[in-house]
Amino acid sequence: MSDAREATADRIRHLLRTEGAAVEENTLGFNQGRYDSVADLEDYEGLKHRAREIKADAIERLPELIDEVTARVEANGGTVYLASDAADANRYIREVASEAEADRLVKSKSMTSEELEVNEALEADGVDVVETDLGEWVLQLADEAPSHIVAPAIHKSREEIARLFNELFDPDEPLETAEELTMFAREKLGEQIREADVGMTGANFITADSGTIMLVTSEGNARKTAVVPDTHVAVAGVEKIVPSVEDLSPFIELIGRSGTGQDITSYISLLTPPVDSPVVDVDEPDVAFADRDDDRAFHLVLIDNGRMAMREDDDLRETLYCIRCSACANSCANFQSVGGHAFGGETYSGGIATGWEAGVHGYDSAATFNDLCTGCSRCVNQCPVGIDIPWINTVVRDRLNRGGDPSRFEFLYEELVPDEEPSGIDLQKRLFGNYGTLAKLGSATAPLSNAIASLSPVRSAMERLVGIDSRRELPSFERETLRGWFASRGGCQVSLADADREVVLYADVYTNHVAVDRGKAAVRVLEALDVHVTIPSVPESGRAPLSQGMVSTADRRASEVFAALAEPIDAGRDVVVIEPSDLAMFTREYERLLPAPSYERLSSNSYELFEYIYGLLENGADPDQLRSGGEAIAYHAHCQQRTLGLEVYTTAVLSELGYDVLESDVECCGMAGSFGYKRQYYELSMDVGDRLREQFERDPARNRRVVASGTSCVEQLSDLLTRESEHPVMVIDPAD
Amino acid sequence: MSASPIDRFTRSLEDLDVAVTRTDPAGFTETIETIVEPPCVGTPLPFADVSVPDVVDTEPTPRTLEAAQTTVTAASMGISAYGSVVLPSRPDGSEQVSLFTDLHVPVVRESDIVDSMAGAIDRLGPRLRDGESAIIATGPSATADMGALVRGAHGPKEVHVVILSTDTEGSQ
Repeated sequence: MSDAREATADRIRHLLRTEGAAVEENTLGFNQGRYDSVADLEDYEGLKHRAREIKADAIERLPELIDEVTARVEANGGTVYLASDAADANRYIREVASEAEADRLVKSKSMTSEELEVNEALEADGVDVVETDLGEWVLQLADEAPSHIVAPAIHKSREEIARLFNELFDPDEPLETAEELTMFAREKLGEQIREADVGMTGANFITADSGTIMLVTSEGNARKTAVVPDTHVAVAGVEKIVPSVEDLSPFIELIGRSGTGQDITSYISLLTPPVDSPVVDVDEPDVAFADRDDDRAFHLVLIDNGRMAMREDDDLRETLYCIRCSACANSCANFQSVGGHAFGGETYSGGIATGWEAGVHGYDSAATFNDLCTGCSRCVNQCPVGIDIPWINTVVRDRLNRGGDPSRFEFLYEELVPDEEPSGIDLQKRLFGNYGTLAKLGSATAPLSNAIASLSPVRSAMERLVGIDSRRELPSFERETLRGWFASRGGCQVSLADADREVVLYADVYTNHVAVDRGKAAVRVLEALDVHVTIPSVPESGRAPLSQGMVSTADRRASEVFAALAEPIDAGRDVVVIEPSDLAMFTREYERLLPAPSYERLSSNSYELFEYIYGLLENGADPDQLRSGGEAIAYHAHCQQRTLGLEVYTTAVLSELGYDVLESDVECCGMAGSFGYKRQYYELSMDVGDRLREQFERDPARNRRVVASGTSCVEQLSDLLTRESEHPVMVIDPAD
Repeated sequence: MSASPIDRFTRSLEDLDVAVTRTDPAGFTETIETIVEPPCVGTPLPFADVSVPDVVDTEPTPRTLEAAQTTVTAASMGISAYGSVVLPSRPDGSEQVSLFTDLHVPVVRESDIVDSMAGAIDRLGPRLRDGESAIIATGPSATADMGALVRGAHGPKEVHVVILSTDTEGSQ
């Protein structure tokens, strides 16, 4: 097991060194471009909502739409072939090429054709297959796989491409600039397209009512590919069908913005083949286009390849809503550091790719680097069709856990890992998934537990057996837990009779056992605002097991948490949560784990600490009771907190109290719970964190006091920076 | 709405760094002659009152297309919000000839300029259901695949939109 971790670490290290810089520059550009571009839309959320509705309806009615589009394309004069799998599709496409006596087939970019591996199938028949998208052509020449679903060659720098072209083509003058490289490729590919017998495209969308295929490109190669030769083959997954032409509008507005951050790409082709445009025939160079009478052939190859089964799968179904815009990959902090080649997968890589790979290639293909989704959830709001991508990753991880082999170390951990999981699950996952049990043991035996855990033989054994990187400082357990402290001081200092509100403060594992000070500060702040606080014993939220793909365990925790909190909620108490990842469980993931009324009751009565303080101040609580000041603060909000839109409250409260707050603009700190502790991901975690370090070490953040809402963010920042970090509640603690 | 769809269209084109000229039927020939870089090809314009000037060969062949620097074709719509033009596929080849030269000059009538993408798609629906095809083209062909943004990847490096006023009073 540790060999596998070492191999993973090596692979990531290699990609960080070779492809990391180019991938980072491009994905950060796309990501910022998306934020800027969607900000110009009058009703971004409305468009996303409409787009999701259209996709949900289309997938629901898919069999009927397949029939409708088939009838329509045939009535237009084209042919439709519904291929059950890749081999079936390739067999049909080879027949078409053979009937057209094709020597050369030109292609525009299509991930679905990559899924089929149709190039190899055609080449085996002696057909010269040429990719005409410039990025795809570079990869074809370099014999590499795409690293990004929209910009396949983002991992290659201009210098590398120049070297490749100069070696392969030996031009009179060596090529150097992007302009020179582009014009060279245009010239070469222009010749190939003119002499092609068949053109193959994908389809971003297909409309059932007209038989139109929509292609989204900027280069113009798809337009040439589709209309220059007399035979056009379009390959598309069945999920690309939408009911009507009018349904295309929100997608046209969203797809370019969501992907590369362009308001719209240069060309949105709406082709209803066979098209009316004349063929561009180099063999008849002097026949006017207007005088031609072409007999065009069009083949629409619709691919099932696992999709109809995904449609029946409650957890994978939403994958079929995906419009392959790449927003999830571009907003993924890990993807920004290493790119798609690190994420494995036969065809698709990064973000939603886990769902695609599990559905079309199977779980083995989805397994590689599935761990790279940390569940930070930053992709969730970026997805134009609102797919809960972290959930799909979690479900796939859970299914992989259940397919694994029993661990030979299991007997050692029976006591430490009282979970609901099958015996095949990886030991590292079980350890992190059962962190709460460890923490209780840790506090009970502190400081001995801390001293033992920090001994170097112990650390090296931990690294070897469960893969905890020895370069990380382990959280230090406090002997006195938050609940212990609260009881020993006689409970709340604000009597029920004097209180304006009653709060159940959720003592999460970290706050109770490790970051006890932030819990104490939270109690004092709430008391200062005339709140009566109780800290009952409530089980762990289930965040830790869920992050390891242990869905059953998380499910049981959800029920236990609800059971513990239902009565206080019914008694009119508000639930206040310090740790954003736990609040996100209550308000996001519990929707999938609890019955709807229970979820509704818990989520609508749970608040992030600063969200709650903000509400108190807005409702007349006295801000003078809190510590104010003009101090300059650098604030890193937690990734899941930002997905919920809750980071604004921390900034608002601190600003109201006179602090000067500057917020980080990175997607995630890179620690992501246990991720950064894992031996195989330590370097990646630090590389992701480096973007945050750079921002906080530069002006204007350089000399500011650093605060962060998440425990793991604080730990990561402490490793990244020379100055300390803490929870923002420490800043306003009146006792300080 | 303060700005007219035509003003918004013009502003969107300026944001894209795409040249735009407004003209009327009387000034059309001179406008085109000023913009184009010969040799020029194009396809007949389906608009009353105007036709492309003689400098434009309206019966292109693969050979003349190959040699041409400029293409002049009709656009069936303009979309204000994006600065897009809609290029219909026709048997005379208007769609694909616009893709081969360095400069494309689409001609759009003022009365064909719609405000929004949804408005354009609503108009296209019946046409596509009738078997037609069209390209929504926004600015020149472009790629960033070679390490920096380059215009003219497979299509035109430059686009110059001509807006033809249908009301001679409103022309400039």
